[in-house]
Amino acid sequence: MPGRSSAARHASNFALTIAPFAGLVVLWWLSRLTGLIKPSLLPSPLQVLTTFWATLVHGTLVTNVLVSVGRVLSGLLLGTAAAVPVGFLVGWYRPIRRLFDPLINFFRALPPIALIPLVIVYLGIGEVAKVAILFYASFFAAVIVMYEGMAAISPIYVRVARTLGATDLEIFWRVMVPLTVPHMLVALRVALGVCWATLVAAELVAAQQGLGAMIQNASAFFDLNTIYVGIISIGVLALLMDTILRRLTDRLLSWQDKVGA
Amino acid sequence: MDEPRQRLRFDHVSVSYGTPDGGIEVVRDISFTIRQGEFVSLVGPSGCGKTTIMNMAAGFVVPSSGSLMLDDRPIVGPGSNRGVMFQEYGVFPWLTVEQNIAFGLKLGANRKPAAERQAIVTRYLDLMRLSEFRRAYPKTLSGGMRQRLALARAYAVNPDLLLMDEPFGALDAQTRSAMHDLLLDILCVEGKTVLLITHSVEEAIYLSNRVVVISARPSRIRQIIDIPFPYPRHSALQEEPEFNALRAQIHELVMREYAAQEAQRRPPV
Repeated sequence: MPGRSSAARHASNFALTIAPFAGLVVLWWLSRLTGLIKPSLLPSPLQVLTTFWATLVHGTLVTNVLVSVGRVLSGLLLGTAAAVPVGFLVGWYRPIRRLFDPLINFFRALPPIALIPLVIVYLGIGEVAKVAILFYASFFAAVIVMYEGMAAISPIYVRVARTLGATDLEIFWRVMVPLTVPHMLVALRVALGVCWATLVAAELVAAQQGLGAMIQNASAFFDLNTIYVGIISIGVLALLMDTILRRLTDRLLSWQDKVGA
Repeated sequence: MDEPRQRLRFDHVSVSYGTPDGGIEVVRDISFTIRQGEFVSLVGPSGCGKTTIMNMAAGFVVPSSGSLMLDDRPIVGPGSNRGVMFQEYGVFPWLTVEQNIAFGLKLGANRKPAAERQAIVTRYLDLMRLSEFRRAYPKTLSGGMRQRLALARAYAVNPDLLLMDEPFGALDAQTRSAMHDLLLDILCVEGKTVLLITHSVEEAIYLSNRVVVISARPSRIRQIIDIPFPYPRHSALQEEPEFNALRAQIHELVMREYAAQEAQRRPPV
């Protein structure tokens, strides 16, 4: 029965996803048990789980997660929304690319953490400052993916559309937009990863809440358990959001030729 | 005499591209005419500027001098009265087979009501033997099927003139031969006027009323050869002595131009 075999496939898929993480936990435990790493410097998985449960029940973890997810999503969506039209223009029009390519690469190379003092000077220490740092990170990650992708699009489709009688506006909506969607989704995924990677830096700006703030506060008290909870939470959330995006991509782009997969 | 009317007319057409150190002449003083229902092939060495000639007819390149008329009106840009088949097919990968065929029929230039559109799509799906794949995306199609799809899409908007730029170049020998026969069949039904660019002498003779041999760069017309075989043609034709004589004659002309084209190459400075 097809339903049954697909359920079995899902189960084995799930097992394959879980297996490397289970292996990692085992390694973690072993390196503590064997004394490879001093037990005082490495909490056991069980201790971390206990802290996780405690912060979850207390409600602080949920608040921190919600605050961080909110920041990441704001930075991601604003950054990508700005990167799509800019990347489109820069990628598709050669003269614009010549003009902007060095600029984009200049700003892209700057680590967001180096900009924090300036962000504080100009934007203060409120929520805007934190989202601005995430915006910066996601914009430059997304714009580069967008315009490299757009530059690689063959002009043949535009020529074909012209010979079929398409106007400029029709070419934009019926050819350029569908060709842009795959690059947009890749840009979104890349920017998502960069946003999570930048979150702790963004929350260096006087954050009271958020997973980054939670990690920094815990480090002041050498609270390793909470640090591990924070790090693992960031990883799990990033993985979860990436999986959702990948599912969405597969659904939207079933027409695409997959290389390898 | 009841001559078929002239469709496409090249009248002393030349093309040069400006470069920093003077112009490069690509096409020099070309004149020829394609009449209603004719199949004309251009053969010549690669890099000789054949594609530039086709791009002028398609409206992507403007002649530097001379005039280029379609039905006594100058060609000013691309338009759906000239269907173009490109070397790299250009089927839209994000649309299904039937959506590809319908693409032109949804544009303002030749929009058709849904029922009529569906009828046209179904007709070309049948004609190109793609009906089973109507809801498939191009990634699942073979090279020959993509080729047929590109042809169906070009035909669907009912162009007066079909321009083909080495459309069979990337196909294997069997698929190419099958495409030749399919094209001949369809032309019998549809009665289109065709300009084909090719480097295959056999292909040009087998399909055409006339073969125009193009010189090494800049492109000039070396010779125009009438192909006397009546349609419908069948592949057995390619074994006839008369076919072989024409092949030898045209092959020699093309090889001479090929040698001239090669002699023009210079190592980069």
